[in-house]
Amino acid sequence: MAKSQRKVPALNASSMADISFLLLTFFLLVSNMDVDSGLARRLPPPPQTEDQTSVNVQRRNLLIVLVNAQNETMVQNQQGVEMYANEDELRGVGGKPALKDKVKEFVLNTSNSSDLPELEEQDFGNPIGVVPVTASHVVSIQNDATTSYKAYIAVQNEVVRAYNELREEGARKYFNTSYGELTEEQKNQINELYPQRISEAEPKNYGGGE
Amino acid sequence: MPDIVFAILFFFMVTTTMRSEELLVRVKVPTASEVQKLEKKSLVTYINIGPPLDMRLGTGTQMQLNDRFAHVTEIQDYIAQEKASMNEADQPLMTVSIKADEDTRMQYITEVKQALRQAYALKISYSARTGEN
Repeated sequence: MAKSQRKVPALNASSMADISFLLLTFFLLVSNMDVDSGLARRLPPPPQTEDQTSVNVQRRNLLIVLVNAQNETMVQNQQGVEMYANEDELRGVGGKPALKDKVKEFVLNTSNSSDLPELEEQDFGNPIGVVPVTASHVVSIQNDATTSYKAYIAVQNEVVRAYNELREEGARKYFNTSYGELTEEQKNQINELYPQRISEAEPKNYGGGE
Repeated sequence: MPDIVFAILFFFMVTTTMRSEELLVRVKVPTASEVQKLEKKSLVTYINIGPPLDMRLGTGTQMQLNDRFAHVTEIQDYIAQEKASMNEADQPLMTVSIKADEDTRMQYITEVKQALRQAYALKISYSARTGEN
């Protein structure tokens, strides 16, 4: 009666490959999911000498965006001063011109006003051709020591948004398509037309003390 | 065939758990609408800034480099180390992603930025979530 040679049924392993494939795809996706995103900036190289080389910028070419300790924003150029009490006002809620519109007006200077950056004719190649641009404008973002990071990023974001909208408009005007659809070369042309000239100032101590 | 797939599977399982370092600080990055994705993970170095998760360490802003707390003065060494572990061709493309809590004071961020300038890590990215605004 003893069946010493009983056969062990073989495990059906044909589905194993499918299961492991499934797991493999899952892990592949998961590992790519937390793609980091952020606002890209380029810092100026460290000052070479002790005395800091301050670049002289003409007053009309400068748009100062100052975020203070109460997270209020002040935008100042030769045209005047605008105060924003909170983030909503930055975006144009409450009747004040939005920060991005101020920046766009400043960068474009369509009216060729003497209070806005000077226009220079520059050649950007086909199909843009020779157009006047404010080549030496600077948007200077300044902050106080106790400004919150959130408010600072909100302001940075609005300034970048202004540039992105300008580029989008440029793409529509010269290439009849959206910025995202342009080739790498065309994007570079538009970027040269509207370069992001954002300066993050050297730290200043407004409040005094350490 | 299943064996090969299994091998790859294990590889991915191990690497995914390995890369995500444990956070010691609470980082709730601010929201922004104009964010760009950071390409090429191997070129990105992270700096986490925020209040410590461990309540016993207080609520002051701390910085985490790799898996331990560090002082701002240690950034230069850290960047030099990270740079050295990279391909020589990739070194100029290195990006530092600043992952800072939204309640951080700008003074701390400014100090970090100055340290990064001294370390010649000039490409930075303020980490942010894509928000509704």
